[in-house]
Amino acid sequence: MIPELGHFALALAVAIAGAQAVIGLFGPSLRDPRALAAAPLLAICQFAAAACAFGALVWAGVVSDFTVENIANFSSAEVPLFYRISGVWGNHDGSILLWCLILSLCGLAVAVAGGNLPATLRARVLGVLGLVSAGFLLFTLTVSNPFTRIWPPPQDGQGMNPILQDPGLAFHPPVLYIGYVGFSVAFAFAIAALLEGRVDAAFGRWVRPWALVSWCFLTSGIALGSWWSYYTLGWGGYWFWDPVENASLLPWLTGTALLHCAIVVEKREALKAWTVLFAIATFSLSLTGTFLVRSGILNSVHSFAASPDQGLFILALLGITIGGSLLLFAIRAPALTANGIYAPLSRESALVLNNVFLGASTAVVFTGTLYPPVLNLLTGIQLSVGAPFFNQTVIPLSVPIILTMGAGPLLAWKRASLAPVAQRLALAGAVALVLLAAMTAATNLVTALGLAGGTWVILSALTDLAMRAGLGRVSPAAALGRLVKLPRAQVGAALGHIGFGVTVLGIAGMTLASQSVVVLSPGQSTVVGGYSFKLDNITKAPGPNYTQHIATLSVDGLKLYPTRRFFSAQGIITSDAAIHTNGFVDLYTVFAGEPNGNAELRLSVHPLAPEIWLGGLIMALGGFFSLSDRRLRIGAPSRRAA
Amino acid sequence: MSPLRRRLLFGVPLALVSAGGAAMYTLLERMRTDQYDPRAFPSPLLGKPLPAFSLPGTGGLPGFANTDLTAPPRPVLVNWFSSWCAVCPQEAPQLAALARQGVPVWGIDYEDTPTALAEFLATNGTPYSRIGADKSGLTAINWGVYGVPETFLIDKTGIVRWHFAGALTDELVAERLQPLLEQYA
Repeated sequence: MIPELGHFALALAVAIAGAQAVIGLFGPSLRDPRALAAAPLLAICQFAAAACAFGALVWAGVVSDFTVENIANFSSAEVPLFYRISGVWGNHDGSILLWCLILSLCGLAVAVAGGNLPATLRARVLGVLGLVSAGFLLFTLTVSNPFTRIWPPPQDGQGMNPILQDPGLAFHPPVLYIGYVGFSVAFAFAIAALLEGRVDAAFGRWVRPWALVSWCFLTSGIALGSWWSYYTLGWGGYWFWDPVENASLLPWLTGTALLHCAIVVEKREALKAWTVLFAIATFSLSLTGTFLVRSGILNSVHSFAASPDQGLFILALLGITIGGSLLLFAIRAPALTANGIYAPLSRESALVLNNVFLGASTAVVFTGTLYPPVLNLLTGIQLSVGAPFFNQTVIPLSVPIILTMGAGPLLAWKRASLAPVAQRLALAGAVALVLLAAMTAATNLVTALGLAGGTWVILSALTDLAMRAGLGRVSPAAALGRLVKLPRAQVGAALGHIGFGVTVLGIAGMTLASQSVVVLSPGQSTVVGGYSFKLDNITKAPGPNYTQHIATLSVDGLKLYPTRRFFSAQGIITSDAAIHTNGFVDLYTVFAGEPNGNAELRLSVHPLAPEIWLGGLIMALGGFFSLSDRRLRIGAPSRRAA
Repeated sequence: MSPLRRRLLFGVPLALVSAGGAAMYTLLERMRTDQYDPRAFPSPLLGKPLPAFSLPGTGGLPGFANTDLTAPPRPVLVNWFSSWCAVCPQEAPQLAALARQGVPVWGIDYEDTPTALAEFLATNGTPYSRIGADKSGLTAINWGVYGVPETFLIDKTGIVRWHFAGALTDELVAERLQPLLEQYA
């Protein structure tokens, strides 16, 4: 009964979303106040219906209702409660439903928090969101229905892929989806602004907090996914240039560009068309990411099993959404002209450079990701594009980004002069150059560039904060007082840059990782990266729905327990990596196999690896801190009369 | 910038996306009609005869050479395997079923020793009617084999018609292999 209610709620959500689209998009030109008031109400109802549908599926998962095909295929009675819930979005149909739920949550957020927007703009934004929602809900309902029943029901479900039985799965997809889908709001604002033919400072201020929230979640989601693959899956790396990883990186790159150029719209009323284009591009790339995972066009570890029919449906949705919005852009955007003018050396120019290089990085990653299928299309040749391509193209592009992001925040708007900025950044620059020279001699150029670049970004952001607080001009106590009173948006931006610098340090450190695969019998030891690893013994222990073999390792008095788990239901063996970190170096051990009662171990020493995710965390925290800025809390200013 | 050039410039994203959409549509269509498989490891031998080779027999079965496969009386499945291959036992039931069905399954034992092979066959059964030993791995290089297991379908005129890298599954046999076996029978 409950799954039928969920199915019905899903159908209801499609209908409500359709109504929201029509009323939201056409209501404003009718000048009927009832139509304007209806859009937010419909958005709230749509969320309620989507939440009911999702709740029904979760319920079916919790009570292990194996008459629901989705639950029977991806769960079983022996799966713990927590994973019966998270497993609901661990498969294709369920994850699409979660995607829709988050999209309707975005509509709800605009309906509830958008009280200070002009009623027509809010209705149009909700109309665009309703249209996108209607499309994806219809997709769920027709070709990807998670409520399909089977009869007779199996005795037990087929069980859940053990790899997915991890807290990482519970949080990685929802956080990532909030990031992906959250950009729908910025997208809807851009479309609504194009429809109204007006992009001004108020637009910049409205769109930025929405973009920032999504960006924070996307950053956290990517970091979490990367951490998950490193920590749990025992892959030992943090980024593999897998097509689906790239699909999450692409909207992150354009979303970052969007955040930066929206500042220029807000402060200086320039870069309007850029901002609108980046808003469209970011959500389009999020949608494309979804499409690539679902269609099976790309060969990836993340692919869900999906049929080409589903792929065609999503392609049609993408065609309407992306094609329609770019058509609107081609018609309306040429009329958007900049009001603010600026000199070649100014904050605006630095932000333009940021956009250009982020845009170029996006293009490169996009090309590398889609090259194999497109080449196959044109020539029939089958190949794959691997890490060497991305490393050789993305690293050179990140050099100017890193240089600019250090100096940019210290440049004045409109017209800046180089001398005072150079003077302020002399210390940061000198430290970075010394580090570059020293590390090039000690290691290699790429590692040295990373370490020096990360240091440069961190030090210049700290310099920026110190200058703003007046350190050196006033007493340290007074400077501290001023630092606390600085606008949170400025501190948040500096934190964001510091976080990026920390991540760059981590990535550079990881290039120095040492790894060794050894077979040890109990009592033997080996040395990797300056650490001595000794195998004490191998023990066996039961788990909730698996048995496990645990290798006990001693490293400098520490004990590490890498484990192999045997899931009898699926006949799958997983390796649980054991990692010890002191915050700067990770000792990473994987128990890979047991030839003749000995332990085959993969032992690695990863310098600065924790900084990769620490940096992601700092970036996201910086974004959230910026969101708490008083300017955003008190709401946007009223729009100047045209 | 002239207004016309500005208009054209702003149409560039739409043009690019339209081209991309058309490409994606074509790929999906090809996937639907089985002309494109993103997960395939294509073999350079597809549609061609086998390169020259002659492998001695092993495991108590006769070996074979490319001349045995220039005009076989019915399509032959050549399966590359090895005793040290962890995945190979997974496809033993599928190969056994095909052999029972009367499909000639010929094995090539890749870089292996006779004792290890005997143990492997004792554990997993022998679906093969012939086994050639590629002790040096040279034939594997000439065939363009990625790794074991790998399976090739050779038709009655000696042409390689199908190739799969990885363990065969029931689904794969039913959906891909059986139609081809009927087509080239």
